[in-house]
Amino acid sequence: MTTFDFLLQGLSVALDPMILLYALIGVILGTAVGVLPGIGPALTVALLLPVTYGLDPAGSLIMFAGIYYGGMYGGSTTSILLNTPGESASIVTALEGNKMARKGRGGPALATAAIGSFVAGLIATLALAFLAPYVVKLALIFGPREYFGLMVLAFVTVSAAFGTSTLRGLTSLFIGLALACIGIDQLTGQARLSFGVPQLLDGIEVTTLAVAMFALGEALFVASQGTRGAEIIEAVKGSVWMSRDDWSRSWKPWLRGTAIGFPIGAMPAGGAEIGTFLSYSMEKRLAKNPEEFGHGAIEGVAGPEAANNASAAGTLVPLLTLGLPTSATAAILLAGFQQFGLQPGPLLFVTAPQLVWGLIASLLIANCMLLVLNLPLVGLWVKLLTIPRPWLYAGILLFATLGTIGANPSPVELTMLLVFGLMGFGMRVYGYPIAPVVVGLILGPMAEQQLRRALAIAQGDWTTLVQSPIAAVLLLLAAVALLLPMILRATGRGKVLAQVAADED
Amino acid sequence: MTGMPGTGRRPDGAAFIIAVLLGSLGALLVREGGLFPDRAGYAGVGPGGMPFLVGWVLMGLALWTAVDALRGTSEAREPIQIGPVLWILGGLALQIALLKPAGFMVASGLLFACTAFAFGRRNLLVTVPIGLVFALGVYGVFDAVLQLNLPGGPLETLMFGG
Repeated sequence: MTTFDFLLQGLSVALDPMILLYALIGVILGTAVGVLPGIGPALTVALLLPVTYGLDPAGSLIMFAGIYYGGMYGGSTTSILLNTPGESASIVTALEGNKMARKGRGGPALATAAIGSFVAGLIATLALAFLAPYVVKLALIFGPREYFGLMVLAFVTVSAAFGTSTLRGLTSLFIGLALACIGIDQLTGQARLSFGVPQLLDGIEVTTLAVAMFALGEALFVASQGTRGAEIIEAVKGSVWMSRDDWSRSWKPWLRGTAIGFPIGAMPAGGAEIGTFLSYSMEKRLAKNPEEFGHGAIEGVAGPEAANNASAAGTLVPLLTLGLPTSATAAILLAGFQQFGLQPGPLLFVTAPQLVWGLIASLLIANCMLLVLNLPLVGLWVKLLTIPRPWLYAGILLFATLGTIGANPSPVELTMLLVFGLMGFGMRVYGYPIAPVVVGLILGPMAEQQLRRALAIAQGDWTTLVQSPIAAVLLLLAAVALLLPMILRATGRGKVLAQVAADED
Repeated sequence: MTGMPGTGRRPDGAAFIIAVLLGSLGALLVREGGLFPDRAGYAGVGPGGMPFLVGWVLMGLALWTAVDALRGTSEAREPIQIGPVLWILGGLALQIALLKPAGFMVASGLLFACTAFAFGRRNLLVTVPIGLVFALGVYGVFDAVLQLNLPGGPLETLMFGG
């Protein structure tokens, strides 16, 4: 069967009324939570994971995919109407979008963001569908050492390649790897670092860690900042429809943003921020009147928003085909798969084609739903921005603990939530990135397993890791990605890297 | 990312504490990794290998942090208010303590009120009832509609069944 047949088969799964309903609930919840200030896509997905616990795998994963895409759309609304720096993937959108909103052009800014996200999501999801079978074939020639090389590369790009400091990124990553050692060793079944506490034998739940660090850590941090810096919400004045001029200025940035965002998301390059940043600087260079940038240029919203959504779909390529999460959001999505005992990877395409292709088809449908939800109904979401902060954070904390209570109502699990929340708070105060901890926790055991398998095959000969050309190239790339930014920073050219700092996602 | 402007070039006390914490965590991992009997099979790396490696790297990072702190390259930080943080932590501790004996509604409702207090809604006579009603509603939706098994207290059991 060709990809096209598989996709049609997937569409027939996705068009089932119940599945459509799940997708609809997913996109509504995703948009509603994603639009709340301070909540990025990673936290949206982590907070809403418990909603899907009671459903069957297909319905649950499809609802989950809707939540993921919805969270991305919702985030852009927030950054246009409420200048919220700190939420990395939409920082660039806020640059121009918030300026447009202040000039009373919030409607067209929201429209170009929504339509751009739609175009990018559509193209990138189709690209995912057509690319996935080839990557699956490639994955079959990957042995343990190639997987290990790929994971080392992912570790480096997530932690050390971008951001302000190699030291802090690496520290975060190794804290995650240390937490990953807790629990039963997957190869020998021996208990490690459990200190006699039986609940620790299962290891640390990725969702507990992610919710604690993102939700609790963020709430504690915002609370510790007191009442200073009240945010101003820009009202949506005038029509949300774009003029002919807006359209002609937007469509090329949409396509260029998609072309930049998708490959970056698909490579283990750590999140959507990089694509948005590249797209922004490209639009600035290509614009007919670059002096408008910084004062509300529509190209500066259209391009980065498209890049943002395209790389969200791109992230699904390594996740679905190789089982490799390359961002915090993807790590939580992987946890969502694992709650049903499903391991994404080449095998899943063979054992559960209905599920995988149904999921991909649902993404296309969710994307169409989101366009409808976000253009005419945008006023409704804007109302959510006006929730006073005490109620907002009280609700966030209640839902954050609800997830843990629903999955495992034990005091030990809740205490872990509290401890990691405190840790996340401390890391935010001292400027340590959080995403590497989450990625380290979920990828750590996988990398360890592949390394030990590779060494077992080679009877303990470490040079085996560089004897395969693919593995050698991957490890070399990882070394370059680690050392090059350090040299750039040491020579005072690190500003570019700091601007693409991966904070979340 | 906290995004603080200004760079104060002075030795940084907090960074030393972070370095000590990282170093202790690393030492703990190295010690635990060393506890496993040295039967690593064909791979030459047994279950103790990973904690051992991560532990040593953490100790290295601790050293790097300490050196950085001595050179005073870390940035100045905005002061933080500890009161609201303690209120939220207290709410979480209260929830852990009350979840089993009093049920989801009471435990989570009080967490809600404590968090609202931390963010400036100080009137507990208003926030506690709102929190309780909100938590009860959440319980109803998740327990009855979404089939999530939440620990119920007397009132939840009465309203939605056990």
